[in-house]
Amino acid sequence: MIKILKYSFYDLMRSKWSYIYFFFYLFLGFVLLFLNNDLSKSIITLMNVIVVLTPLIGAIFGAMYHYNSKEFVELLLAQPLKRRTIFLGQFLGLSISLTLSLVAGLGIPFLSYGIFMSADIFDFISILIVGGVLTFIFTAISYNIALANEDKIKGIGFAILAWLFTAVIYDGLFLVSLVIFDEYPLEYFALGASVFNPIDLSRILIILKLDISALLGYTGAVLQNFFGTSVGMLITSIMLMLWMFIPLKMIVSKSKKKDF
Amino acid sequence: MKKNLSIFFLCFLFWQVSAQNIIVCDNCNFTNVSNAISNANTHDTIIVSKGLYKEHDIIIDKPLTLIGEEAIIDADFKGGCFNVIADSVSISGFTINNIKTSYTKDISGIYTFRISNFIFENNTFNNPFFAILIQKSENGIVRNNVINGNAKDEISSGNGIHLWHSNNVEIYGNTISQMRDGIYLEFVKNSNTYKNESRNHVRYGLHFMFSNSNSYQDNIFERNGAGVAVMFSKDIVMTNNIFQYNWGTASYGLLLKEIYDAEISNNTFIQNTIGINAEGSTRVNYFNNIFKSNGWATKITGGCYDNIFYNNDFLNNTFDISYQGRQNGNMFNGNYWSGYTGYDLDKNGVGDVPYRPVKLFSYVVNKTPETIILHRSLFIDIVNFSEKVSPIFTPKELQDFKPVLKRINK
Repeated sequence: MIKILKYSFYDLMRSKWSYIYFFFYLFLGFVLLFLNNDLSKSIITLMNVIVVLTPLIGAIFGAMYHYNSKEFVELLLAQPLKRRTIFLGQFLGLSISLTLSLVAGLGIPFLSYGIFMSADIFDFISILIVGGVLTFIFTAISYNIALANEDKIKGIGFAILAWLFTAVIYDGLFLVSLVIFDEYPLEYFALGASVFNPIDLSRILIILKLDISALLGYTGAVLQNFFGTSVGMLITSIMLMLWMFIPLKMIVSKSKKKDF
Repeated sequence: MKKNLSIFFLCFLFWQVSAQNIIVCDNCNFTNVSNAISNANTHDTIIVSKGLYKEHDIIIDKPLTLIGEEAIIDADFKGGCFNVIADSVSISGFTINNIKTSYTKDISGIYTFRISNFIFENNTFNNPFFAILIQKSENGIVRNNVINGNAKDEISSGNGIHLWHSNNVEIYGNTISQMRDGIYLEFVKNSNTYKNESRNHVRYGLHFMFSNSNSYQDNIFERNGAGVAVMFSKDIVMTNNIFQYNWGTASYGLLLKEIYDAEISNNTFIQNTIGINAEGSTRVNYFNNIFKSNGWATKITGGCYDNIFYNNDFLNNTFDISYQGRQNGNMFNGNYWSGYTGYDLDKNGVGDVPYRPVKLFSYVVNKTPETIILHRSLFIDIVNFSEKVSPIFTPKELQDFKPVLKRINK
């Protein structure tokens, strides 16, 4: 598996898309810091970008990479290799290279502005971790979608739809249901609904660190009691891990059954 | 008022010339303050030398000047300290410690009732229940006192400087911390509160109730449980104050309730959950204020009419203005908004497109507070944008027609 991981990783490292992605973050980081000149404010803006963009890129790249490396996969399948190793290796190669672009692209500008000297270092690191986890989750989901659809256009379309649903439509439905049922106590519903969407979950995790929950009033107190405690942190980490492992498990089982 | 005061000072000077000095110390004729007071003639000066005096409920029933020279009076939680019931009393330079807590009486470090012409200055209070309680008194000065409380909750704590039914009192240069309310003015007229620092109180840094025609300037209010409350008063002038870090689920920078004809100018609001919460406040002028990094810069709830906002800076607040209802009786004109995205083709420094300070999301959050969980979601950004383009829910006429492009106050 390590060997396959290495091959797909090197393959991606040579691809121009990885560089474009890397330079995009590098550029974004420098521009943000240049315009704001204030680390903590840049981190808030960065959060908005990361929570939306990393899943989108993960979703599109995941599907695209699967279709593009189809011939290579078929070649590998002819070898005495487990299917599990082939697909997991490819998936890991892809998501690690995407995460690396993110971490390096944002790390360089923020390091050069002295992030280590400031108190915002933990916020920055948690943003990078959340970005990495979101990349893994959405690459896995789109990989699943690509495995299930032979048609390239259809696959990429569904992957984008999955992103659109979690990033936008879910929140819309969420908002509508909160407004309709506003006679009822909704704190725990809100809590539950946000746990079931990885993008919402990561957003709230970062907001509680940055925007500070007092703003959120009574709901905020409930949220802070949940997310602020170690139990809450444990549950959110477990949820994010589940979001990562369930699609991975599905990749493995799907790839075993699939007729190439 | 100024004239009154100067006459009062002249008289004071005259008295001091004719009066005697009495010294209190460990090996003087008088070894405690109460004795010295009962043996003093009117308008004498009592100088209390360095030392610790364990006394409580000292009654001052004649015009006197009390000067403490590093004197510490410890009431030892047995009662209050000075009880002033005569006119023309001055108390300065004392350290007053450990006032008894009571649930039925307002026991305090310096208590006055029905007196006039008083000066309380340069005193330090540690662990007071109330520090300075002034009732039905007039023409006085309370200045440069330091009050350090250790209030834990509202029930078992008192206020730093409390005025009740009093007129013409100047309160300035005091530093007050950790009481229930820092400064509490109730039924007070024509008084001036300035250059005080009031922080870490359980409830309000400054609390105005039924007090018309007062002003307060150059004060700093920070980290108070509920910020500053100004209620049921007319003709209040608030300028050059700083309200900061009042951050909590029920914290305000400034809470206005039933305020008429006030002026709020040149104040700075930084990092408050709600910068200004206005309720039933009418004909209030807000200008040259800075609102920076607040949750809500201003929250305007029911019954606010004819308020005018101009030349204010709104910088990086989560919500600039939150508004209830669809009627607008207030005017916003010529402010700087950091969220403004319009353009200025004729280069006159004023944006060509009006700015709508009320976002749809802040309207939704007002109705259903739980929706705040979607704060900074992409969906919310899209919805806010579409509402901005064609307003349906937010008051249509609530807009700044002349948004300024550069910061006004620095």
